[in-house]
Amino acid sequence: MGLFILRRLGVMILTALCLTFIVFWLTNLFPNLEKLAKTQGNARMSDEAVVSWLENRGYSQPTLVKYGEWLGVLPGYVIEAADGTVRGRCAPSGTAPDDTTATFCGVLQGDWGQSTVFRDDVSSIIGTRLGLTGKLMGFVLLLMIPGALIIGVLAGMREGSRLDRSLSTVSIISTATPEYVSGVVFIAVFATGTFGMQWFKGTATSAMDDATFENIFLPVLTIALYGMGYIARMTRASMTEVMNAQFIRTARLKGVSFPNIVLKHALRNALIAPFTVIMLQFPWLLNGVVIVETLFNYKGFGWTLVQAASNNDIELLLGVSVVSVVVVLVTQLISDIGYVFLNPRIRIS
Amino acid sequence: MEMLSWTGSLGTLLNPVATAHFIAFAVALVAQITMGFFAAEVKLQANTDGTLMKRGGALGLVENAVKWLFLVLVVVVVIYVVGGLLMPYGKAGIIGEMSKRFIPVWIALVATFTVSIIFKRKLGLYGKLFDSMIGMIGFTLVMFWVFTAIFVGVFDLIATHDPLSQISGLKNAKPGVALPEGSEELYANYLLGGDNLARDIFSRMVQGSVIVIMIAPLATIFAFMVGITLGLPAGYFGGRLDTILSFLANLILAFPVILLFYLLVTPEIVATGLPNYMASFLFIFPLVFFGVLINSRFYTQPKRNRVLLAVVLVPLAVVYLSVISQTGSPLHIWPAALDLIDIPGGILVVFVSVVFVNSPTVFRIVRGLALDIKTRDYVAAAQTRGEGTWYIMLWEILPNARGPLIVDFCLRIGYTTILLGTLGFFGLGLPPESPDWGSTINEGRKLLLIYVHPAMPPAIALLSMVLGLNLLADGLREESLKD
Repeated sequence: MGLFILRRLGVMILTALCLTFIVFWLTNLFPNLEKLAKTQGNARMSDEAVVSWLENRGYSQPTLVKYGEWLGVLPGYVIEAADGTVRGRCAPSGTAPDDTTATFCGVLQGDWGQSTVFRDDVSSIIGTRLGLTGKLMGFVLLLMIPGALIIGVLAGMREGSRLDRSLSTVSIISTATPEYVSGVVFIAVFATGTFGMQWFKGTATSAMDDATFENIFLPVLTIALYGMGYIARMTRASMTEVMNAQFIRTARLKGVSFPNIVLKHALRNALIAPFTVIMLQFPWLLNGVVIVETLFNYKGFGWTLVQAASNNDIELLLGVSVVSVVVVLVTQLISDIGYVFLNPRIRIS
Repeated sequence: MEMLSWTGSLGTLLNPVATAHFIAFAVALVAQITMGFFAAEVKLQANTDGTLMKRGGALGLVENAVKWLFLVLVVVVVIYVVGGLLMPYGKAGIIGEMSKRFIPVWIALVATFTVSIIFKRKLGLYGKLFDSMIGMIGFTLVMFWVFTAIFVGVFDLIATHDPLSQISGLKNAKPGVALPEGSEELYANYLLGGDNLARDIFSRMVQGSVIVIMIAPLATIFAFMVGITLGLPAGYFGGRLDTILSFLANLILAFPVILLFYLLVTPEIVATGLPNYMASFLFIFPLVFFGVLINSRFYTQPKRNRVLLAVVLVPLAVVYLSVISQTGSPLHIWPAALDLIDIPGGILVVFVSVVFVNSPTVFRIVRGLALDIKTRDYVAAAQTRGEGTWYIMLWEILPNARGPLIVDFCLRIGYTTILLGTLGFFGLGLPPESPDWGSTINEGRKLLLIYVHPAMPPAIALLSMVLGLNLLADGLREESLKD
């Protein structure tokens, strides 16, 4: 087991390195840097001015060197511009590096760089935004997981019954409704007066400081619905499989009542498969978070991703992608380990 | 012309009936579901006269009521649609007029269903679809949009106005609004109202179906070609090849989709030509696939092999070269005179990124199926016969994996449609005036709290299409499991 986790961790770190390098390379392609120079410096810069602007700030080094500096395994650049100003990667902007500045400053040293859009430390931006998204996700999970499991178990306990068919249709509908469709429909119905049901707020901006049922329910429902159908279908499949198993038949023949069979015998065995599915849903939830935060104007992690990506804010974008990639990989690892623990039939030597 | 109401004169009589029915149906449904929790299982009882007894008592009554109310509700909806067809212009309201615009679609749908149901026993899996209610509903929804796209895109029929033309005074106009006096348009109303730029929402919605129906299935086919061509050897050979390919697939899957889109679809990246290089890599797979497919089967008959390969590969190669070579992009290798197809840059980028995101999942499915099927006896028999490895993969394993692949194909078209919508929602790739559903939802959501009507039609269109594909996949799965 230990060896298995170690090997998985190794693959995980390799994946993370590859992915961050891809993001790094894409964001550091020349047209992107040119745009950055023009937004940061002067919109009417000449081509030579752009090149020298980039050279003075270390952007013209080879991509691998820049990546090494960002990671913190290569010493940060110190470049003297033509006009005599000295800039260093590790020195605060505007000041020249001296003896006290560190040689290495990268992610490994805890220095995530500066955001060019928000003019703030990347680590502090990501920290606050992740906290806000964490709050939203907490509510989503509270609604989604019990809802999906209940629907799945109810549908799966009597396969083919009318309850099963109607609940299965509901879960198909919910998987077929992407967040930007359900979000728009919810806002139209429940946040405007068109249908006479103006019960909730159409934006969740106020929920960032003070979440109430009125302002956070619609975004939470929108994210939860899309994931719910899929988990419910998996739970149903697993529940029907368990209900057809030999030990359930034995219990029935012994005369155990139906509710007891479902609650005491079937339920625990039926919840192994959905656990993995729930864990693997996290990458999709991230997708939903980005859409919903944009739609409801909730300034969390997904909103930051959109801002960073559309303004080519390199360091912030890298920070965001590191976090999201790590979230995806860690949930995959947890789902693998959890599956091994929960399922007695799988043993890894 | 005056403004149209939703249901016109048909509604004065029918609306109260429909509302009452709907309420009764909802009440009965809720009652049935709640009572269903506590009811005992139905046991078949034989009566003395030889008939079998159904569930009796209150629950049986409610079950019957639900069934009949549902049927009547369907009839009411049909009356709305058919009534609109028969009544003169403007009398049947917006719903009636829309139903009139969709006449070609109705005819095509009825024809398809009649022919299919008559010959359903001779049509294999497709015919069996018509045994399943869910499958039929899904098929109807999908074919509705397919026919709409065909009639709009090829015959220019259903749309009432040009999707880009603006009529002043109709900015954010309510559904059914009449065109101002003296305008030269042939059609007198904006059926679903005007959007933020005073364009006809109805026409934009039906035009949007053309883009979706064009891109989504084609992108899914390409993703399947890539996934199959790489997944079969990975599953069949295993070993280091499998390790490397699986690692790459997991790498792409671990990427948040939206981040990937943002990185690939921005104008700056497009300027570097990266999407064109990716296209030249991804689009080579159909050529490889068909080349290997034919060669592995007919290499013992060289003459036939050469003819078949030439017939299939030469047109494909011409199409391939003219698609990837774009005037004005860094990858311009094919003379413009021979450039048959010129895909607008935005669409190519969107296409490439959707294929790129989908292929790793297909790869994983095909790999899993190949791992399972390669242990079967018929594969062992083929190996003993001395068949080539590619023959075994493509002519023994692949046909036996078709069931799950067809089901996944339907689901994946739906997923691709959702991805296209996501791209449009973030304003990536397609030009902002494009009428595709994602972009129109994005346009509409900006003023959503004030004007609801511009965002709803594309949202409902997208929902119904994806729902149809999901139901279709469900019906196919159910029917293919029966044998």
